[in-house]
Amino acid sequence: MKNNKENIVIEASCLNVGYITKKKNLVISEGINFSIKQGELIGLVGTNGIGKSTLLRTLAGMQPLLEGVISINGKTLNNISASELASDLSVVLTETPASQNLSVLELVSLGRHPYTNWVGSLSENDQEIINTAISSTKIEELLHKKCYELSDGQLQKVLIARALAQNTPIILLDEPTTHLDIFHRASVLKLLKKLASKNEKTILFSTHEIDLAIQVSDKMLVMTKGNTFFNTPDNLISQGCFNDLFPEEIISFDTHLKRFVLK
Amino acid sequence: MKTQKSYKTHFLVLGILLLLSFLLNVSLGSVAIPFSEIISALFGGETSKASWEFIILDYRLPKAITAILAGGGLAVSGLLMQTLFRNPLAGPFVLGLSSGASLGVAILILGAGIFGGAIGGLLLSSWSLVIASALGSFLVLLAVLSVSFKVKDTMTLLIIGLMFGSVTAAIVSVLSYFSNAEQLQQFVFWSFGTLGNVSWQGIFILFTSVVIGLGLSIISVKPLNALLLGENYARSMGINIKKTTLFIILATSLLAGGITAFAGPIAFVGLAVPHLTRQYFTTSNHLILLPAVLLSGAVLMLLCDTVAQLPFTEYTLPINAITSLIGAPVVIWLLVRKRKMLF
Repeated sequence: MKNNKENIVIEASCLNVGYITKKKNLVISEGINFSIKQGELIGLVGTNGIGKSTLLRTLAGMQPLLEGVISINGKTLNNISASELASDLSVVLTETPASQNLSVLELVSLGRHPYTNWVGSLSENDQEIINTAISSTKIEELLHKKCYELSDGQLQKVLIARALAQNTPIILLDEPTTHLDIFHRASVLKLLKKLASKNEKTILFSTHEIDLAIQVSDKMLVMTKGNTFFNTPDNLISQGCFNDLFPEEIISFDTHLKRFVLK
Repeated sequence: MKTQKSYKTHFLVLGILLLLSFLLNVSLGSVAIPFSEIISALFGGETSKASWEFIILDYRLPKAITAILAGGGLAVSGLLMQTLFRNPLAGPFVLGLSSGASLGVAILILGAGIFGGAIGGLLLSSWSLVIASALGSFLVLLAVLSVSFKVKDTMTLLIIGLMFGSVTAAIVSVLSYFSNAEQLQQFVFWSFGTLGNVSWQGIFILFTSVVIGLGLSIISVKPLNALLLGENYARSMGINIKKTTLFIILATSLLAGGITAFAGPIAFVGLAVPHLTRQYFTTSNHLILLPAVLLSGAVLMLLCDTVAQLPFTEYTLPINAITSLIGAPVVIWLLVRKRKMLF
């Protein structure tokens, strides 16, 4: 299924992303092209401020697209209503939940929102999907904790569980590894890898952990000033994409070790 | 695994508390009336003295009903505001909503004198009071909301709410400078806050605006829950943010505006009751919280009014003073106990 060409889930051509201000459009990043197939895990890397979050928010329909075409499951993003998109695509954002008083169980259950009735009561089917989301992220022992009692790593897993409960084919994650130690970074990425390969989820995550992303991603989207590359990690390395990601006087990419080294 | 806890006992306790505080409220007043006579009057029976029947049915009962509507409505509007602004300190009073309502009423009462008697007299019906007050609070809420889109910081928003309060207070003092003593007195008494001066017709109007406000809140239960995660998450789950915001604003201004029109600005109920309720009901689900906050607000207001009544004396204290005396320590207690305020 993975290499089936017909299963393109997200397709982006000639995207310009940025902000619309009163006077003019502020383009953060332009000329982005990629197409992501079902079940692929895609790492999105680039320096701070290059437009990774902007791209993710644009894909999630939270921010208007300046130029180009995004299609989700073959449909143009602009023609998909917010409630329809909610069953195609779920997000894990950098912001913490506004209410710190939510319990983990309540938070994960909120993922069922696009499918519940007008007061949000959960059917047995909803419960089952919530339970699956909880068990695949292994957060059973946290269920009755409140958000403010969770560590960063636990909160990240809970937010991923909420996205899973939304049960969408696509999951977008904005820097899910930030603030985590190396063990938790690895375990979050492993979890994403498992969800992509076992559950056939299409996952796009932005990260600053380029070394880890190279090891775990099926393909990577590398955003640099003026250019965006989309390919498998090995191809990107041989193309030398990572070499000029950062100014070379302090840090450089070692193509044999597949990681950055200090100078 | 059970996802949704049942809160039947919690609601039963609140229901009993409401009944008890209602009975306490109608039983106590400046005139001592035996409890059996009160029950008999409430159920349409005879009382030993005709004046007792009058006191109970035409003074204490409407006052108790106003207290229930005002307490419940203000508490619900506080809950809505805390979720809408995602700020534990939000409430009708803190964000200048009540000041907005005051301004509306001030322009109506005091402005009536300035702009001539005939139109003035026509304007001063109960309905126009409600409309002016609701309009005032609606405008202030819109202003605060539009600013809140620009500033994301909690403290800034509260300071801006305070500034709106100061501006409206200043306009009110300018208006009072130009108005005559009688109108000024009318406005000052209104601003003390009182539950006792509402006629049955007034109660009907108050009831209508509270019911519409509550209806809008009930429709918004699901989006309110989604907003607990923040605006972006809510949008990603298919919630129409603009529509939801509009509904919540309308509901809050109807609730807070309508109540302020009749009972005057009442402090702290909107802020403190949602927090107290969250202590008892350990959930963030608005489907549970909304009725719980409504009941708790009603209970608290009945109790505050019972105290304000100063039983067996001829004096009545301004209700606003009592709610502040009780509400402010509650907020301080919550802050000290939990070190920080969550919503």
